[in-house]
Formats: sequence, structure tokens, C-alpha cells
Amino acid sequence: MSTAAQPRRMTGIGRVLVIVYAVLALGATGRSLVQIVERFSHAPLAFTLSAVSALVYILATLALIFSASRAWYRIAWVAISFELIGVLAIGTLSLVRPDLFPEPTVWSFYGIGYVFVPLALPFLGLWWLVAHRPATVPGGEAAPATP
Amino acid sequence: MILWFTIVTVVVAAVGGVLCVVLGLAGRRPSDLSVGALALLELLLIAQVVVGIVAPLTGNPPSGSLLEFWVYLVSAVLLPPAGAIWALLERSRWSTVVMGVAALAVAVMVWRMHVIWTVQQA
Repeated sequence: MSTAAQPRRMTGIGRVLVIVYAVLALGATGRSLVQIVERFSHAPLAFTLSAVSALVYILATLALIFSASRAWYRIAWVAISFELIGVLAIGTLSLVRPDLFPEPTVWSFYGIGYVFVPLALPFLGLWWLVAHRPATVPGGEAAPATP
Repeated sequence: MILWFTIVTVVVAAVGGVLCVVLGLAGRRPSDLSVGALALLELLLIAQVVVGIVAPLTGNPPSGSLLEFWVYLVSAVLLPPAGAIWALLERSRWSTVVMGVAALAVAVMVWRMHVIWTVQQA
């Protein structure tokens, strides 16, 4: 339908990915805001990580929305890779050293509080990025919605 | 918060969400039905804002963190319009799924709000 020369927009199933990222960004931001305002001294490490994860989700959401641009595409790679490392590292750390996490973060126990969506999301995000490179390949317009 | 009203909101959000996801996966573009479900949900959420303001004044105070409650409520109120706008910028089957995801997230948030209001420990 659309011409191949058009710059790649966020389209199709990618828009679903963005809304899931946006919901997690909202949830993580809200949670870390409350944690830091109300009781930062209670668990400084966990709450700092909460804030970091919130920032990463915000950045990843924006980067995916604008991933047609090459700069944002690169930022999306960095943010989502960081997210993947974060959820794996914090998930493992929360199992090994639960004393460091008296209160949960988004990434504790691999995101169990968010039905493991934080664990699955970076894989989906990276898959989407691999499948949708910015207009380096001319004519590679995004596939129409699957039948 | 008022229990029955919370339940109504959660049910509308969950049913509307599942409906939108199913309609979307079935290939439907956003319709009066799916957008209407989100509009109804938004109306209920605005009513929840009124409840959140009035209830503490009428002897129904939150037992948990008021700040946390409002962070959730404001997020929940913003989600359906944001989801609808993001969905309607491109009307495809996935737009309907997007609205469904937003509604399902609201369902979880409203339930969480009720937990904060009623059974928060410490």
C-alpha cells in the first residue's frame, strides 16, 4: 500500500510493543516515585534501581516510537540491551542476595510482580529492532499485517 | 474507595480489554464498540477520581499510602485516552489490540488501587 521510499514508521504489531513499553514505563516511574518520595532510606539500592529501570523504560518507549531515525534506532538498541541485562542481573541478584532488596523493584525475581512481562519484553524488543532496521535496505517496507 | 464501584470498573476494564484484544487479533479495526468500551472505562475512571476526593471526607479514608493511590489513579486515567490516540493514529487491527492492552493494564491498576486503599499493611 504505502510506497517503499517512505521512512519506516512505527507500524503494525510494533505499536502494540510500544504500548506495553509505555505501560511499564508508567508503572515503573510511578512505583519508583512513590518509593523515593516516601521511604528512600529504607532500601536505597533497590529504589535507585527502580528509578534507573523507570528511566530505561521511558527511553526505550521513546526510542521505539522514533526508531525510524537512525539515531533513535541506536538508542533503542542501547536502552533495550540495558533493559535485558538489567532484568537478568537484578533478577539473579534478588535471588542470591535478597537482603539487598527488602522491597521489590520492577526487575526483582525477573519481573514476577509484573507477570514476567519485564523478562519477555526485551527479547521482543530486540527481535523487533532486528526485523525493522531503519531505511538502510530500500524497498524493505514493513510487512503488512499477517493474515 | 467503594468496593462495588471498584468491581464494576475492573470488570469493565477487563472485559473491554479482552474484547479489544480478541477483536484486534480477529482482524477488526477500531470500531464504535472497541472505542466505546474505552470511553466507558474512561468515564468510570473519572468517577473514581471524584470518589477518591470525596470518600476521605465522608469517613472512608485510605488505609495505605495516599500518594501511591493517586499515582496509580492518575496513571490509570491517562492510559485509555493515550492508548486510544496511539491506536487511532494508525487504524489497523493492531490498533484494536493496543486499546485492549491499555484497558487490561487499567484493570490491574484499579485493583491495585483498591488494595492500597483497603488492606495496606504498614
